[in-house]
Amino acid sequence: MNSLLNRKRGVLVLLLLLMLVGSHVMAEEAAVDPVTAAIDAAKEEMQTNINIVWTCVAAFLVFFMQAGFAMVEAGFTRAKNAVNILMKNLMDFSIGTLAFFAIGFSLMFGASKGFFGWDGFGLSGVEGDGAHWNWTFLIFQTVFAGTAATIVSGAMAERTQFKAYMVYSVFICAFIYPIFGSWAWGSLLNGGGWLENMGFCDFAGSTVVHSVGGWLALAGAIILGPRLGKYGPDGKAKALPGHNITLAALGVFILWFGWFGFNPGSTTVGDGEIGRVAVTTNLAAAAGAVIAMIVSWVIGKKPDASMSLNGALAGLVAITAGCYTVTPMGAIVIGAIAGALVYFSVIFIDSVLKVDDPVGAVSVHGVCGAFGTLACGLFNAEAVLGIGDANGGLFYGGGFAQLGTQLAGVGAAFAWAFGLGLLMFTIIKVTVGLRADKDEEIKGLDIGEHGMEAYSGFQIFSSM
Amino acid sequence: MKLIIAYIQPHKLEDVKKALSEAEVAKMSVTNSLGCGAQKGYHESYRGVEFDVNLLKKVRLEIAVNEPFVQKTVDAIIGAARTGEIGDGKIFILEMSECIRIRTGEKGSDAIG
Repeated sequence: MNSLLNRKRGVLVLLLLLMLVGSHVMAEEAAVDPVTAAIDAAKEEMQTNINIVWTCVAAFLVFFMQAGFAMVEAGFTRAKNAVNILMKNLMDFSIGTLAFFAIGFSLMFGASKGFFGWDGFGLSGVEGDGAHWNWTFLIFQTVFAGTAATIVSGAMAERTQFKAYMVYSVFICAFIYPIFGSWAWGSLLNGGGWLENMGFCDFAGSTVVHSVGGWLALAGAIILGPRLGKYGPDGKAKALPGHNITLAALGVFILWFGWFGFNPGSTTVGDGEIGRVAVTTNLAAAAGAVIAMIVSWVIGKKPDASMSLNGALAGLVAITAGCYTVTPMGAIVIGAIAGALVYFSVIFIDSVLKVDDPVGAVSVHGVCGAFGTLACGLFNAEAVLGIGDANGGLFYGGGFAQLGTQLAGVGAAFAWAFGLGLLMFTIIKVTVGLRADKDEEIKGLDIGEHGMEAYSGFQIFSSM
Repeated sequence: MKLIIAYIQPHKLEDVKKALSEAEVAKMSVTNSLGCGAQKGYHESYRGVEFDVNLLKKVRLEIAVNEPFVQKTVDAIIGAARTGEIGDGKIFILEMSECIRIRTGEKGSDAIG
């Protein structure tokens, strides 16, 4: 491999030399060797363009995760609410894009005023030459904000008023997500924040994107209350089976595919690290799916498809923080633990906390996101991988310092997102109204909210 | 022997099944059906064009019972399916001339039980 790369590089240099000899213009008066300087400049420009191309491709992959979320959520809920859940997925991204462009991006990446950024609203003042990176970075960050936003719709599915959900979409992409993001990621552009100054490690957003979305989802589901018929008079949880596991599986595969943009794309650099991060990402997802299947098989007597699908997502969410800083073995362990964790978390939230989360969004994104972020403090192996001076992970002799920082970040995310979530959904509840009325919920939100059925011409057998 | 046919609201099916099993009526057939009656339908729109849907989704139960079970069955269905609102449904009771169990060839009351 190495010799092949060297040979390629050699050919490239030769070509550039030939071009330069042909156009003998710049030679004479330069102090440094002009040929070397020109080659360096060309290499630098090429690298910049490769970075832009890779980051854009990754952004487009992450955008496709919206389709994944839409299919997972539609599949795991009932046919009578399919139009509603699809509309929420369409609108939280569309409204979120506008809100993030106008306000969110500036709060997240503008020059920091201490608590959050505050300049460049609507990307003003960046037009013209040299702005390519800003455009690229905006689209890349927009699809991340959209991911955080869309997590919530699954947990609040089948019983939320549509207009309430649109109000929420503005708040998360304009304020809640960006302000937390500025604490951890602000310095990626012009900002900066207290979490990253502490050394908080969240490479692609286990906490910044997934936990924030997951904890908001938890707040929303609590304020809303469970779906009608979810808990019997004795308080026992009942199954309200999703109407299309085929769609749910398609959604999970699309999400897995999109994650190859989410994690490897977060390098924002077109080099060999893309492959390494893709490997850790894929290993964790695979381990998560396998372990969730085994746990569901041992405890539930059958290998449960919906839990195994959740397991793959759990592995992906958990590795998102550490995908750049853990070894492949570390990734497998992180994914495996997440696969087991998601199973018990779904059961715990459903049967013990009695919070109705139809698609398991709180467990997958909130719980496994928090676990994955903590796992950075356990499995960080930067020295082993040759990308840093020291292994920060407890298991690699790094002590408790990194773990403590990770814990601070996880705690801050919970306090910020869950606390603000409770406040926001309570305010929405008393102003525009949050919960759909009972008749509408029984008939299905598709007819009540949108006057339309998802499967017109099909007879859907539904008695729930 | 009677054949009881009941049309009920779909979301009441679980309650009705539970009430029937408490009344020791364990055998039934359930099908999807569409129907209209006193309950007015609802409004749909598709790409800006509005239309009315007056055939509503119902669930149809068919239960074959011997005479002593007729009243118990009816009471159980009414008790569980009634909300007091228009659209709760109807029960029809029909004379049944014969009942044969395919597996054994039993006929009449034995085949029902």
